[in-house]
Amino acid sequence: MNLVMLLTVFVLAIFVGFEVITKVPPTLHTPLMSGSNAISGITIIGAIFAAGTIKEPELSKLFGMLAMIFATINVVGGYLVTHRMLQMFKKK
Amino acid sequence: MVSESLQTIVYTIASVLFIYGLKGMAHPRTAVRGNLTSALGMFIAVVITLLASGLQYQYILIGLVIGGAIGYVAAVRVVMTAMPEMVAIFNGFGGAASLVVAAAELVKVTQGHEVADMQMSIATVLAGLVGSVTFFGSYVAFGKLAEFLGVKWKLHAWQKVIKYGFALIVAAIGVYIARSYDYAPLSWLVIATFVLTGLLTLNRRAVFPGMQVLKMLSGAIALIIGVMLVVQLSGTEVVPAEHTLLLYWVLIGVSAVLGILLTFSIGGADMPVVIALLNSYSGIAAAMTGFVISNTVLIIAGSLVGASGVILTNIMCKAMNRSLPNVLFGAMGATESTMDADEIYKTVKVTSAEEIAIMLETAQRVLIVPGYGMAVSQAQHAVRDLANLLEQKYTTEVFFGVHPVAGRMPGHMNVLLAEANVPYDKLWDEVESNSNIDTIDVAIVVGANDVVNPVARTDPDSPIAGMPIINVDKARTTIVIKRSLSPGFAGIPNPLFAMDNTMMFFNDGKKAFNEIIAAVKES
Repeated sequence: MNLVMLLTVFVLAIFVGFEVITKVPPTLHTPLMSGSNAISGITIIGAIFAAGTIKEPELSKLFGMLAMIFATINVVGGYLVTHRMLQMFKKK
Repeated sequence: MVSESLQTIVYTIASVLFIYGLKGMAHPRTAVRGNLTSALGMFIAVVITLLASGLQYQYILIGLVIGGAIGYVAAVRVVMTAMPEMVAIFNGFGGAASLVVAAAELVKVTQGHEVADMQMSIATVLAGLVGSVTFFGSYVAFGKLAEFLGVKWKLHAWQKVIKYGFALIVAAIGVYIARSYDYAPLSWLVIATFVLTGLLTLNRRAVFPGMQVLKMLSGAIALIIGVMLVVQLSGTEVVPAEHTLLLYWVLIGVSAVLGILLTFSIGGADMPVVIALLNSYSGIAAAMTGFVISNTVLIIAGSLVGASGVILTNIMCKAMNRSLPNVLFGAMGATESTMDADEIYKTVKVTSAEEIAIMLETAQRVLIVPGYGMAVSQAQHAVRDLANLLEQKYTTEVFFGVHPVAGRMPGHMNVLLAEANVPYDKLWDEVESNSNIDTIDVAIVVGANDVVNPVARTDPDSPIAGMPIINVDKARTTIVIKRSLSPGFAGIPNPLFAMDNTMMFFNDGKKAFNEIIAAVKES
């Protein structure tokens, strides 16, 4: 995809983000943060390509593995802890 | 194995699920499903990526297992009062992942596997810069919240291990990188910035002379190095081609210094702003990584997180009536205060658990206003027990007034009260609390100070002037549970404590509530 397309996506996504997040009540701000933290673990996609692409140099695979660790902590830890918190909000 | 167009379609579905998931966060009832929706989005994005052709799995698996284990243990074991630390360090991991992915892409370029165009060059620089600021800034925020960075008192053994271990590792990485390239003066710059980063984290004072100058300087140098790296990648050699990566590490080192300085002077009540800001940075770093590898799902997910962090930052700043630059660069303190604490506190009245029990017996409506002190003494369960007891014994209506910046992160008090099973419809924000304050017979403040200081309304020269507060001084009677008369983060005395209708109960939050509960049961 070319730069202009990507920039379009970027700008529109920011607007969607503003629209959606504005509606989150203060009660849920902490789970929102940990949940969005998990979403920022999406870098795991980049990490998979860096760590796994066969023809790439060894050094970039090692960096990829390191990124894999960081991003997986974010994804697994982020979603789990958010789930734990939200369960507490659910029960009455 | 899977075609690129199928992959793109699944990425789009994942993006939609992220947006849907965040939408679910609009209400506690739909929030659990929202989080699961978002997790499903992440799951399918990861699976379709793993199915791409030309992958070997050993490094991927190692990363998944190690990262998954750490993430799982951290998420399951963390106590709710330690949530701010947890979110702070997780923000940092997001930034670290972005900066390392950008480094991996850069390695491909330097070894001739890939050609960098302008988009990739600029995005790599930004991912590295923002990623490094996020990681090191978050580490400092984490250390400050866990109270082992920037403090003068004695540390526990595990705190020392983290503190000195981290500084040592960072310095060692700098030396290792510099030795493996050996291109003066860049290699010297790498050593200098990485060692400086390590040393700065060891500093025991929150503010030190020359800090502002160093902040500006590191920001300026980071920009210059960033531009140099972009020029280098566009084909004009600033340094010999084999040292391109070294330029990137200088950028990381300088940004690390910047990240540490930006967060080091910030403490206490300003923490919610910084955590929200770093949250936003981690999203921006992910989006920039998306530009590096031209991947839309990274850009969309990163932008969502970036937007979320910006909104939270904004809400927190408004709740303190301060601007973001003021939080990041300004200092706050009692220096210009004309109020004399001893003079103000002359008329303080002290009360006891038994006396409070008698007051509560006749109260029809009670408002409990928690602050960071409730988190410190883990008093949320005792607070809930008292509320339940009053409702059962006297059919009292008990509400909770939660100020947006009470605690150390956005929504901190809400999580603790939710943990203690307080229904969320009992929670009032500061606006709702204030519009109902006339109907409140007894207001109980536990471990909060600045957010209930009437000076914000009355004294336009005070450092917290104009900050929206919860007007507990307008309740019929106010009880303040606090260990001493020491000032809050703003460093100013609180005239509330000495008002006619205020009584002080000097005690630890949890013990105080347990004593009141015992007294109410006896009466």
